[in-house]
Amino acid sequence: MTAVTAYLDYNATAPIRPSAAKAVASALELLGNPSSVHRFGRLAHGLLESSRESVAAFVNAQPGGVIFTSGGSEANALALTGFPGRRVLTSAIEHPSVLAFGQTTPIAVDSEGVVDLGRLEEALALAQGPSMVAVMLANNETGVIEPLAAVSGLAHRYGALVHCDAVQAAGRMGLDIHDLGVDSLSISAHKLGGPPGVGALVLADPDAAITPLLRGGGQERRRRAGTENLPGIAGFAAAIADCHPMPQLSVWRDRIEQRLCQALPNITIFSQSVSRLPGTSCLALPGISAKIIVMALDLAGVAVSAGAACSSGKVAASHVLEAMGAGGLAETAIRVSMGWASQARDADIFVEAFLALAERLGQCPAGSAELMRG
Amino acid sequence: MLPFFTENFGNPHSRHHAYGWVAEEAVEQARAQIAVLIGARAKEIIFTSGATESSNLAIQGLARMHRAKKDHIITVVTEHKCVLDSCRYLESEGFTVTRLGVSQSGLIDLGELEAAIGPRTLLVSVMAVNNEIGVIQPLAEIGTLCRRHGVYFHTDAAQAVGKIALDVDGMNIDLLSLSGHKLYGPKGIGALFVRRKPRIRLQAMMVGGGQELGMRSGTLATPLCVGLGEACRLAGLEMATERTRLLGLRERLRVGLCDKMTAVQVNGDLEHRIPGNLNLSFAYIEGERLLTVLKDIAVSAGSACSSASVEPSYVLRALGLDAELAHASLRIGLGRTTSEEEIDYAIAHIVDGVGRLRAESPLWQMYCEGVDTRQADWGRL
Repeated sequence: MTAVTAYLDYNATAPIRPSAAKAVASALELLGNPSSVHRFGRLAHGLLESSRESVAAFVNAQPGGVIFTSGGSEANALALTGFPGRRVLTSAIEHPSVLAFGQTTPIAVDSEGVVDLGRLEEALALAQGPSMVAVMLANNETGVIEPLAAVSGLAHRYGALVHCDAVQAAGRMGLDIHDLGVDSLSISAHKLGGPPGVGALVLADPDAAITPLLRGGGQERRRRAGTENLPGIAGFAAAIADCHPMPQLSVWRDRIEQRLCQALPNITIFSQSVSRLPGTSCLALPGISAKIIVMALDLAGVAVSAGAACSSGKVAASHVLEAMGAGGLAETAIRVSMGWASQARDADIFVEAFLALAERLGQCPAGSAELMRG
Repeated sequence: MLPFFTENFGNPHSRHHAYGWVAEEAVEQARAQIAVLIGARAKEIIFTSGATESSNLAIQGLARMHRAKKDHIITVVTEHKCVLDSCRYLESEGFTVTRLGVSQSGLIDLGELEAAIGPRTLLVSVMAVNNEIGVIQPLAEIGTLCRRHGVYFHTDAAQAVGKIALDVDGMNIDLLSLSGHKLYGPKGIGALFVRRKPRIRLQAMMVGGGQELGMRSGTLATPLCVGLGEACRLAGLEMATERTRLLGLRERLRVGLCDKMTAVQVNGDLEHRIPGNLNLSFAYIEGERLLTVLKDIAVSAGSACSSASVEPSYVLRALGLDAELAHASLRIGLGRTTSEEEIDYAIAHIVDGVGRLRAESPLWQMYCEGVDTRQADWGRL
């Protein structure tokens, strides 16, 4: 991994925090199953419950509301299938793990990527029977922060429940389940510097009757069967303890955008005028495919991404940017994302590599063939 | 495994930078290591968060994909809860479920299985090794039968993988669940074998990113995948020698206990059983107090998922034990770190603990005096 000199793909996954790695390693040595009644089991149980308290406190919820899962996708699936009979209304820019459960025509967003509350109200008014609204707190591609408190107020007026995918927001901005007014929210450990393979669904009402997704065992108060991933859970709690506001990420992000705009007048920065996560920027150079930019930057030792990391190899045009009306630009957009271990030099290395690349492409507009030869 | 938590932390689904490639390569190597251990091909291995998820996905995913044509499932009363609860939930969706009983040995009757298969039967789900009594079901025979009748065969092999030789082709297994931590791998990871020829189609439970051939979305936990792969590799290397060693220890324990005590019975077939399991019932004691007098040794009354509850084991009840005797039972699991000294300590400790409980029991005194309390006519005593 020595070839890579700057990692700016935190929204795909973050490096693990040393405290989290340590917590995972020490929990790996604890051999008990938290559901066993013997001494080993009781020790494991204690660690499980103290971790649950940390996660609860992190989002200002009660420990009883925390259901540990294998990650964000499972937490979203549990929330959106857990209240059968409720029709799921999602925004158009949700993560695929949420979109898959939603209606055929998702709620539109404006050109900056902010959910259209008028359209949401129309959908709620038209809905026959009870609904569940799913709007993410911060978008994984653009970093746009959605007006969750307003969404919740509106949805609750129509008797709907609100689920919030807070996977990208957690650890990067303040998170309070009651201020957001949502009924449930999903978080994932590896996005905030915890280990992969663990996440949580947090319920505002710890006693809400939720139908389990995974069955067969009384773990997680019968809401999620399966032996608890205790090392993962302990690492999750340790990572949370180290999450602090990082205002410098905004400074570095703004400097990236400023320098690129100065040098490249035709560059587009998405959602620049609305409130975003501090370390995320989504940008596009018209006419140059995102895949080429990302691969060329990788050769230069800079890791960024084209759209989301999860779509199994295919670089499909981003549904998020399409929903924002970006048209052809959607295929050219790249995402730069920074996080807890980022440094000012990462931003500088990215800017220099990007400008060098743009210059090369500018010199040979047919461009890509020569680039692929390296 | 550990380097993939720290320096090699990439998202294996990030296809366009080196961090992602290193992670992806490690995941694919792990997938191949799992496949080798059960005689499958790497593409047939789907990573999950554990055997519970694997079995939920196998049973519910298959059922929902085929519900229009076939809606009958056959399973066994002694299955793990993740299989039984999945089946029960499918009943609420309109499926029919047949639950086969077991004999006193814990084994199913193949004739009974065959008789239960009908034209609407979609799936037979029988666990490879029971988690409480360690009994090994006749997988190859079940597989042959299922193939002959055109029925899918799922086996929950969480307790079997790495302990007995498994061959998904030779045994005609279509779906197989396995767990990381039951074979000395990490917690939070498992896998589902999904046969590709003939191709098995499942409806995903976790949807979204489209990972794992669309059957299980969610970012893969690279270090956990690597840990599971390595655990499978080691299990393959050590299985034969470990088997002999554990059998020796198990017999030392069994003979040691049965020689020093009367009214002790082994639950489940002793021959068709993994070497690392012993399940015993001690008559004439108060079952609830058994674990408290044995608190220095880590054993359990039933399976861990339900051991916080005070219900007697449904597995032991299915073997014909009455509630009282099922309560007075111990599951002893031996493994890689178990030593002869621990076995001898356990023998002395259990003999002492059971002896103390029996000393307080009037039923035990009657038994010693030759009164058969089970046959006794209580009105005349």
